[in-house]
Formats: sequence, structure tokens, C-alpha cells
Amino acid sequence: MARSLTLRAAFVSILIFAAFILTWHLATRGTGAVQQMDPEYAKLMGATATQGKSAMPGPLDVGQKLWEHLRRPFYDNGPNDKGVGIQLAFSIARVGLGYLLAVLVAIPIGFLIGMSPLMSRALDPFIQVLKPISPLAWMPLALYTIKDSNLSAIFVIFICSLWPMMINTAFGVASVRKEWLNVARTLEVGTLRRAFTVILPAAAPTIVTGMRISIGIAWLVIVAAEMLVGGTGIGYFVWNEWNNLSITNVINAILLIGLVGMVLDQVLAFAGRMVTFPE
Amino acid sequence: MSMFDNAFDPKRGLSRAGCACGRHIDAAEHEREQQLQCAPVESASDEKRYQGVVASAVMRAVFPQDATRRAFLKAVGASTALAAVSQFFPLSTATEVFAQGGAIEKQDLKVGFIPITCATPIIMAAPMGFYTKHGLNVEVIKTAGWAVIRDKTLNKEYDAAHMLSPMPIAITLGVGSNPQAYTMPAVENINGQAITLAIKHKDKRDPKSWKGFKFAVPFDYSMHNYLLRYYLAENGIDPDTDVQIRAVPPPEMVANLRADNIDGFLGPDPMNQRAVFDGVGFIHLLSKEIWDGHPCCAFAASKEFVTTAPNTYAALLKAIIDATAFASKADNRKQIAEAIAPANYLNQPQIVLEQILTGTFADGLGNIRREPNRVDFDPFPWQSFAVWIMTQMKRWGQIKSDVDYKAVAEQVFLATDTTRLMKEVGLTPPATTSKSFAVMGKTFDPSKPDEYIQSFAIKRV
Repeated sequence: MARSLTLRAAFVSILIFAAFILTWHLATRGTGAVQQMDPEYAKLMGATATQGKSAMPGPLDVGQKLWEHLRRPFYDNGPNDKGVGIQLAFSIARVGLGYLLAVLVAIPIGFLIGMSPLMSRALDPFIQVLKPISPLAWMPLALYTIKDSNLSAIFVIFICSLWPMMINTAFGVASVRKEWLNVARTLEVGTLRRAFTVILPAAAPTIVTGMRISIGIAWLVIVAAEMLVGGTGIGYFVWNEWNNLSITNVINAILLIGLVGMVLDQVLAFAGRMVTFPE
Repeated sequence: MSMFDNAFDPKRGLSRAGCACGRHIDAAEHEREQQLQCAPVESASDEKRYQGVVASAVMRAVFPQDATRRAFLKAVGASTALAAVSQFFPLSTATEVFAQGGAIEKQDLKVGFIPITCATPIIMAAPMGFYTKHGLNVEVIKTAGWAVIRDKTLNKEYDAAHMLSPMPIAITLGVGSNPQAYTMPAVENINGQAITLAIKHKDKRDPKSWKGFKFAVPFDYSMHNYLLRYYLAENGIDPDTDVQIRAVPPPEMVANLRADNIDGFLGPDPMNQRAVFDGVGFIHLLSKEIWDGHPCCAFAASKEFVTTAPNTYAALLKAIIDATAFASKADNRKQIAEAIAPANYLNQPQIVLEQILTGTFADGLGNIRREPNRVDFDPFPWQSFAVWIMTQMKRWGQIKSDVDYKAVAEQVFLATDTTRLMKEVGLTPPATTSKSFAVMGKTFDPSKPDEYIQSFAIKRV
């Protein structure tokens, strides 16, 4: 039964995809020669003006460009023209570094908040104020104080990954079952040992959920941050192709951003399943 | 008069009406002169060229008045004049110092640019080898916006950068940002912008009928903004109340035009030609038709870089001056278009760049226009340009308080490439750093900026 459901779902997915591509293709077809033009003049004009080609690229154009990108993902033609694989690697490295720093800061602080009602109340106003700030709002300040655009981008990832992880960790730690803590207390387990052997495993699913939210946000933000500071990364790639008004490449970048985001999310979803246990 | 003008030519700078560039008596003279000067940079002797630059500067220093110099040259002839000047100044030593400089302190440099044709000399100097020729290894880095360029230059991520020429003035005056001293040693390009309108307005060519239009310019502190406002106001349209002017990044101008969101823009190329290429707009007017020879973008360096690495700075400027001189020759333009079209530089179809740089272009209305000076390159930062920019900042209320026009112009538009290098070797820099010009037929006198502002019917003062 489950098998046949999967099959049927796959069939419907393919059907939707095919319908989408077909509509897209039909909607972006050219209209043929627009008007009578002096051949010398026509030579100076683009395909949109001369052949009525739609300004939006069709699925065939996008597919062809995508194939070009995938065939040579790691070429390097100087500082402003690198293969899409290199650009993605730069973005992933930035996200990875900022995210890792955030993990190192957020989880201990989250533990502290979750275990100590005093610290929870004391830090709450700061968290409440800092949490709703759009990550990109930090960008000018970061550029101005850190004085390095690459580190600024990493800082922005750090700051946006921090809050969901911290709050989820605190929530997970605070909601560990009282009975378990009481058992630990009767066995006279030390604070540190209690944190690692009782609280951490119990709170792990919540913590990983927080990490999963964070990586999603980080991947959302890196594209915008790289569009702002430029240089390298998939966000810069989008900006660069936008300057060229190449919608084909912009669509390709969107597709790749979506795929990489999905992979990152799935990695943490898998980690989440690893630490969840049936009660 | 520019760095490339021959100060020993008595006919120079006599007429603005005669030819396209305004430096010759008539078009035929202009053509002849262009051809005479068209020796490619590679084959021209460097020594000769530096000698020419230094000698011209000295000549201007001795005879700051154009008229006196011309009279003198006519009377004695150029070679006698050169000999006479050599008597007073150690020309050969000066040339040597200018040409060689000291040891280069820093060989690997980063120069930021915005991907528009205004940055042509900065960009082309990389693929065409002008930086290497002067012993530098320069990476030109495409940058996402004007504010980022400013920050990265201040952060020392970039050693020098491409900017809009009003930007260093605005930054120095603290208009729209914290005041910060900036140096602008060279103008990147002159002319090279255009007013592009949506194709649906092709029968509405009279600006008097533009009430209610929505326009885009790339930045508030840009020549684009001032020229558009000037043009509208001269045609009786108040740019603040009758139309809407928005600051929009260049690529979005074309997209907005296509989406019918704006009626037109005064923007940098390649976007004007791109709008034509894509069939969404037509070129209504080239910016040179408003003010022929107006400055647009600039080459800016942080003050710290200038003082800590003077020889590197001198080499960099020489590379830029070289590239600018090469770019100012019509014959080289096709080659330049080919060099800067790839994704690493402007990332544009080559045919679009060719139309802009050669000046033979489709106007979007079915005509092919030929304007060889559609964009031109001349690095001398005339201080009267700075004064004009400030009069417009004041006219439109960007500056509220009183301005010491002359002092700011001198502080920001350092007529430095020669001035600084010459001072170092004990020479007096050229005394004339100001020139008069006309904007839409109205002559600007840089010594009377306030009267100039008062003379306009539409203003915010």
C-alpha cells in the first residue's frame, strides 16, 4: 500500500513538472520577426528586438545554460569570473564557518539559560531585542567595524544562526522531565555529568531542530549578503548575472541555491533522526 | 585642455564650436590631429611621451594664461619655446623622475570597479597589459555598489577604486555620509551617458510634455542626477514636483523600463544601449548634448595609500593615464570593446559595448547614429567641474549651508597626477586648473558660483 502511494505520488509529481515546463515553454516562445528592419540596423539589435524572442528565457535556454555550468563547474577566469561550483563552494564555506561559530556560542549559552532561571531572566531582554533584527541590518555595522567584507558576511551568518539555536537549546534544556533530573539528583550526579549524560541526550532533538532552523536561515541570508558585498559566492553570481540582465543564469542560480539548501536541510534532518529516541 | 593636449601648439583650445571635441578649429583639423596622434601606445616611446607631459605642464606653469602662451608660441615657435623652457627647468631630470619614480612599494594591488563603461580605462588596463607595463600586478574587482566601493576603499581591501565624480565631494563635505577627506586624482571618463525613454514614448520627444513622468538615476550624488535635473529644469519641468526621480541601480533601470514601471532614465552605459538592444527603449539624448565634455566617473584612492606608497601610486596613475590616452583614440575602441566584454569584466554582449565605444549605434527608433565622442576619456580633474557640481548640489538643496567652492574644489579635485609628482621633483605645477564651459548653451563662470545658482528659474535655494 505504502509502495503504491509512493509510486502514485511520483507519477503526480512528474505530471505537475511536465505541465509546468510545457506552460513555461509555450509562454516564452518567440513571435517571429517583429517588423521590417534595415539589416544593418538589425545587426546592432538583440534577438528580443529583432525576432520577438521573449525576454524571459524558456526551459530549453535554461537547461542548455545549466548543462554548460555543470560541465565546467570549477573554471577560474580571474577574480570576477569563476565557475558556479567554485561560487557555491565559497558560499557553503562562509555559511559553514559562521554557522559553526554560532553553534559554539549558542549551545553553551542556551544550556546556561535553560538550566538557570536567573540567567534566563537576565539574558531575556537582550535576546528579545536582538532576535528580531534582520541579519542584513548588521551588514553596514559589520563592514564598518570588522573592516573586511568576507568576515562581515561570516559575521552576518553567525548572528542570524545564533538565536533559533540558542532559544531552542534553552527550551529543550528547560523542558527535560523533572523525574529524570530528580533521579540524577538522588544518585548524586555532579552538575557537569548531569548536563552531558542526562540533559544533553534528552534535549538533543530540540537542539537539532533549532540547528535545522538556523541552517535554513543562514542559507537564505548568505545569498543576500553576497549580493551586497560582492566578490565571490553564489549571491555574487546572481548579482553579476543580473548586471548582465541574463535571466537564464539567474534562474539557474535560483535552482542551484534551492538544491543546496535542500541538501543542507536534509543533512540536519538526518542528524535529528539520529538523536531522537522513542520514549 | 587636457593632459594629452600639446601645450606647445598655439592653436590649441581656441574654439569650442569648431569640431566634435572642441579643441580644434574645424572638423578637418580635428580629423588630421586625431590621425597624427593615433600612434598606438605600445610603439610610442615612453620617454618621449613623459617628456611631452612634463614639458606641457611646465609650459603652462610659465604661461598660465592661454592667450599669452599662444602669443609667445606664435612669435618664437614651439621648438624655440621648448629650448627656452629647458633653460629654466631641468626637464630631462624631471622627466626621468616622472617616468621611473622610485622602487614600487607594493606590487600586488586591488582596484574596485562598477561594471559600467565609465570604468573602461581601469578595466581595460588589466587585460591589455597597462598595469604590467608599469610594473604592477593589479586585480580589478567587480563591486556590488557605490557604498561598498567606498567602504572597501576605506577598509583598505582596495588600494584604489572607480567612483562617481560627485562622490568624493559629497563624502568630503559630509553630504549623505560622515565627512571624510578623499582624493580624486583623475577623472575616468567624460560624456558617455544618455537619457533613455520607454519605447511607448517615441512620439513624446518634447521634454515640456513630460509632466508626471517617472525617471531613474543611479545615485543621488551623481552627474546623472544633476544633468537630468538641469535638462528638465531648462525645459520648464520642475524635477522635484512635476516628475519623480528615483535612485535605481543600473540593471534595474532596464528591467523597470520593460515592466513599464518608469518612463525613462538618465543612466550609465551599457544600460542605455542595452535597453535599445533589448527593444524596450530608445535613446532620446546623449548626455554630451547637454554638456559636451562633462566629467562622469572618477578614479579615487585613499589618502593613506597615496602617502604610504607614493611610488606605487605614481605607477598606478601612470598606468591609468596611459590606458586613458589609449582609450581616447577612436581607432582603439573596437579592440577595447573586445577586451572588456567577457564575464570577468563587464559581462555584456560585445556588440553592445562596441556601439557605445565606437559611437556608431542604433538609437532604438530605427536610425543608426554616428557620434564618435559619445563617450570619451580625459583624466584631468578640472576644479571648475567640482565647482559646477557643488552649484548643483546647492541648487537642489543637497547642500544647505554656505560652501567655500574654491577651497573644496582644490581639496578634492586634486589636479594631482602631475601636480603632486611635479612638486616632489621641485617643479611648479600648472597654474590653470580651471576652465570655463557651457551647459546647454549657458556659459559657466567658476569664479561666480552663487550668481550662477541665482540665474536659474527653477531652484531650491
